[in-house]
Amino acid sequence: MENSRRVDLAVGAFVAAGLAALFVLAMQVSNITAFQRAEGYTVVGYFQNVGGLRERAPVRLGGVQIGRVSDIELDQSRFEARVAMTIAQDYNDLPSDTAASIRTSGLLGEQYISLEPGGMPDALSEGDELMLTQSALVLEDIIGQFLYNQGAGGSE
Amino acid sequence: MTVLFERLGASTLNSITTLGRAVLFLLRVIAGCGEWVRRPGLLMRELYSVGVLTLVIIVVSGLFVGMVLSLQGYYTLVDFGAEQSLGVLVALSLTRELGPVVTALLFAGRAGSALTAEIGLMKATEQLAGMEMMAVDPERRVIAPRLAAAFISLPLLAVIFTLLGIIGAYIVGTALLGVDAGAFWSQMQAQVSFGDDVLNGVIKSLLFGLVAGWIAVFNGYDCMPTSHGVSRATTRTVVVTSLAVLALDFVLTALMFD
Repeated sequence: MENSRRVDLAVGAFVAAGLAALFVLAMQVSNITAFQRAEGYTVVGYFQNVGGLRERAPVRLGGVQIGRVSDIELDQSRFEARVAMTIAQDYNDLPSDTAASIRTSGLLGEQYISLEPGGMPDALSEGDELMLTQSALVLEDIIGQFLYNQGAGGSE
Repeated sequence: MTVLFERLGASTLNSITTLGRAVLFLLRVIAGCGEWVRRPGLLMRELYSVGVLTLVIIVVSGLFVGMVLSLQGYYTLVDFGAEQSLGVLVALSLTRELGPVVTALLFAGRAGSALTAEIGLMKATEQLAGMEMMAVDPERRVIAPRLAAAFISLPLLAVIFTLLGIIGAYIVGTALLGVDAGAFWSQMQAQVSFGDDVLNGVIKSLLFGLVAGWIAVFNGYDCMPTSHGVSRATTRTVVVTSLAVLALDFVLTALMFD
């Protein structure tokens, strides 16, 4: 009898340790709270080039993360990338003429969407489109432009 | 020449027959799960010997795998000035792949071989036949709780392995290599998703638990009832489980992460 209680105790401790480890993984490693904060409203923006932007990339305003990129797909009629952004419900008072641009954090870091608030009185809501967008900087284009300018400058 | 073809055909037929027997066996055992639900004591004893006793090797190897990942990852990342991403690298490789797979391989060596040897010896000493004589179904009484214990323990062990790996990586990364502790955790939290990474790892380990348990109990139940047969069955359990887990992992990864 005593022996079987010890076995039960050990098994209970084992299962509890496993569940606790899963809990810690959820909270500390994957930060499930940020995952839940992604519940909010969705706005879309059309970009000519999204560069290396990926789903789940952060959406920031003034450097503070307020949402995530939820979906990227090609719009077949406009031939532009349609980027859906889910913005947390706490930030439901952004002006409707907010502009979006794709930026890179650091030289080699991940790409994110930076929002620039406008001045319109009415707020963005579910399904709205961001009219002002700026594509990702593509390094090859910049180098090409630089070389072209150099060439033009040299011939003068 | 004819003999060669005969042998080839016979061994092919043989393996297909074994596979069929194994599947039917699995279905019977799953159907017989009512026994340990009604008598949880049976399951408790198996959870103890399959899960709790495997814990030590899982804890120690989890720590060391995390530490090694941290060291090697650091040396690669530091060339690109990206050593802040060490936490992401370690956490993603552990939750998605190494946690479930290495746990399943260690499990096959520590618990799977023991299960096969135990059941094989029960068969060799005619304990299983004796149970049948007493109208006790050995598949329900002996096999089903062992399979259930493997199925339950492996995900728990994998989660513990993953967590300890990350802790080991954290210790080596911050104390030994000088990675910033805040960046280690915050980048990890920003990049690792619970639904995509952690849960998919748990799903993987559930399947590995079923496969590892199934192969172990089947090989024990199906072995030749001699000392030579038991030893061959034990070896086969470890080899087949390792191969099955690695192959299954490839398929699951291809399905889960695009």
